[in-house]
Amino acid sequence: MTGSEPLLDYLGRYFSIVLFIGIALAFGVVTLLISYLVQPKYPEAEKLSPYECGSEPFSDARMPFPVRYYIFAMLFVIFDIEVIFLYPWAVVFDKIGLVGLVEMLVFIGLFLMAYVYAWKKGALEWD
Amino acid sequence: MELFFFYYLAGVIILTALLVVALRNPIYSALSLLIMFFHVAGLYVTLHAEFLAAVQVIVYAGAILVLYLFVVMLLNVKREDRYHPQFPIGAFLGLVIITEVLLLAFRRSESGTPPMPPAGSVAEAVGNTETIGDVLYTTYLFPFEVASLILLVAMIGAIVLAKRDLFEA
Repeated sequence: MTGSEPLLDYLGRYFSIVLFIGIALAFGVVTLLISYLVQPKYPEAEKLSPYECGSEPFSDARMPFPVRYYIFAMLFVIFDIEVIFLYPWAVVFDKIGLVGLVEMLVFIGLFLMAYVYAWKKGALEWD
Repeated sequence: MELFFFYYLAGVIILTALLVVALRNPIYSALSLLIMFFHVAGLYVTLHAEFLAAVQVIVYAGAILVLYLFVVMLLNVKREDRYHPQFPIGAFLGLVIITEVLLLAFRRSESGTPPMPPAGSVAEAVGNTETIGDVLYTTYLFPFEVASLILLVAMIGAIVLAKRDLFEA
């Protein structure tokens, strides 16, 4: 591909991704729309109340989550970034050879330390 | 055509960014932030920064947003008690940033557009990701290794901060 390639040709290669996102959005919208159009509507107070396996709801659904979820999300972000660094490394691996392997081992080694720390501290345990 | 894509993406980014701070329900704010992340990725694609676009979707839309949603649920932010006490500080900081952006735009139009590297001269000869890999693991090797150290610190910090809730509850 040359630098003088028109923008439209370049973006054309992303058309399938845009189409994919469009279909995914349309699927949700059309499903909701059709069910909204064909459903019978007989609203009454009892029917509109939140339903919890037959028993009356006793608290707001928006209750505070335990901090554990946050820890897991944080660990996920960090290891996600580690994987991001692996993509360009994998692409150029055959060019940089053994040096590349060693530097990536150092990189992953530091993450391994973080992983061992989290494990030893019990951050990966649920209870 | 180039301008059309730019104005569409920039318009949606500005609109959703405004919605993030204007909507009363924090979950809706997070969702409009998601739309913003995707359009920023689109902006990167039009700038031929394809790897950055993929990273934007994977890290920001995939991971950071989950973190934000968990923070919203963790703090149990209700729609009424938001950002009112911080309003003066926020307004002041916003004013400073707007001044800065206007100054930059003004100076730029005064001195003409700065010289841009010819688009696609380097990156597209072999491919965007490959170019990044080429320089990241040779020229910028040290920053790359430091990045892993910073992430290690971030992780230890997160665990230490949450430790009390984790082990004493």
